[in-house]
Amino acid sequence: MTAQLKNIVEALLFSAERPLSPKEMRTIFSEAIDEENPLAAEAHRNVREAQIAAALEELKVEYDTQQRSFQLVEIAGGWRLMTRSEYAPWLKKLLDEARPHRLSQPSLETLSIIALRQPISRADIASIRGVEVDGVIKTLLERDLITIVGRSEVPGKPLLYGTTQRFLEHFGLPSLEDMPKAQELRLQAAALKTAEAKVETAAAPKENEGQATANPQQN
Amino acid sequence: MESDYKVKLEVFEGPLDLLLYLIKKEEVDIYDIPIERITNQYMEYLTLMQMLNLEVAGEFLVMAATLMYIKSRMLLPVDQQVADADEEDGVDPRWELIRQLVEYKKFKDAALQLGRREEEQSKVFTRQTVEIDVAANEAPLAEVSIFDLINAFNDVLKKASARDDFREIIEERFTVSDKIEEILYSLREHAEILFSELFAQAMSRTEIVVTFLALLELIRLKRLKVRQETAFGEIHVIRVAV
Repeated sequence: MTAQLKNIVEALLFSAERPLSPKEMRTIFSEAIDEENPLAAEAHRNVREAQIAAALEELKVEYDTQQRSFQLVEIAGGWRLMTRSEYAPWLKKLLDEARPHRLSQPSLETLSIIALRQPISRADIASIRGVEVDGVIKTLLERDLITIVGRSEVPGKPLLYGTTQRFLEHFGLPSLEDMPKAQELRLQAAALKTAEAKVETAAAPKENEGQATANPQQN
Repeated sequence: MESDYKVKLEVFEGPLDLLLYLIKKEEVDIYDIPIERITNQYMEYLTLMQMLNLEVAGEFLVMAATLMYIKSRMLLPVDQQVADADEEDGVDPRWELIRQLVEYKKFKDAALQLGRREEEQSKVFTRQTVEIDVAANEAPLAEVSIFDLINAFNDVLKKASARDDFREIIEERFTVSDKIEEILYSLREHAEILFSELFAQAMSRTEIVVTFLALLELIRLKRLKVRQETAFGEIHVIRVAV
């Protein structure tokens, strides 16, 4: 029974062209239909995410201990089968001829800023880097590593940028939390926001204070 | 004529980059920059770049001015310093620059690690994506000629002048490249939008014209297609999978 679940998970991973999350797999289990053998699909109808996660973990260990040519990797919010790096020379020959060039230093810097401070405008990126970023932004948009995520409310309503799923895949990151320096730089940003919020509350009209003091009396 | 031969030097992408390099080279504490020494080095470097006929971007000159300003303020005795309107008394004039450098350095370090990840990632392979043309099974749409487009554009313009009335003038500048990004953004959420929807939010004639130019550019770049179901019918703008 459990072996079968593991095999289904393996089959999904084997055929998928993108990372699959346990949640997505659970939906597949709950909706799959086997016309020839209805009971087979029915048996796994109510599989829980934890069971899928356990199967993934088992598969991962299996591939590692059996020293298979591929591995199961957690990337971009899901799991994906990937070849091991020692087979790169042959796979490059097979597939890689047209793989896009590696990113330049300015592109990597700009991406780090966007990844850690998104949503962010061009002007804010430029002020951190101390140089114009128009050209770099264009390249990153074309390569689908960043995308427009909205408009800022500040005057001029500049466009705001954020990173894409493709970005996580390109760098093999499970999530944005796994960005280098994520904690340090996020914390800094959070501290800035609290400071701003404090300034705003201080400047807010006094009515709020009146309400705040009125409430305890009602209780 | 000489300026024709200028080469762009990528080694120092910006003034902050150059400053970090000098700080490292001189082995000084980033939180306690010897401003005079670093300013002199920075100026020497700028001169060198100019001698080599390398293009010195405006940002480098702005930073030079900032450094000079900080240097001059540090030379003044504390009691003779003129306080800036929004600056507290006794704040180290170097502080803002140091804050900027420290922050930039963190992102630079993060970028370095990202680069290593990219290197590792370039060695692993996954199943290749097979493009499936979903549009192939859908209602047949005829390709639209440039005249249909101009015709539709004309309609939009007419409608726009019909709803023209007196209102506050807001200065807004539109560029074709901004509009291109906007169109691609809306097409990311919907695989297909109506031609008229592109202009629904347009506030001015200029914006309509710029939007139309952006649309033409995207068609030329083959990033999107325009089709219509019936002759003279609504024009559909459709995303092209890249």
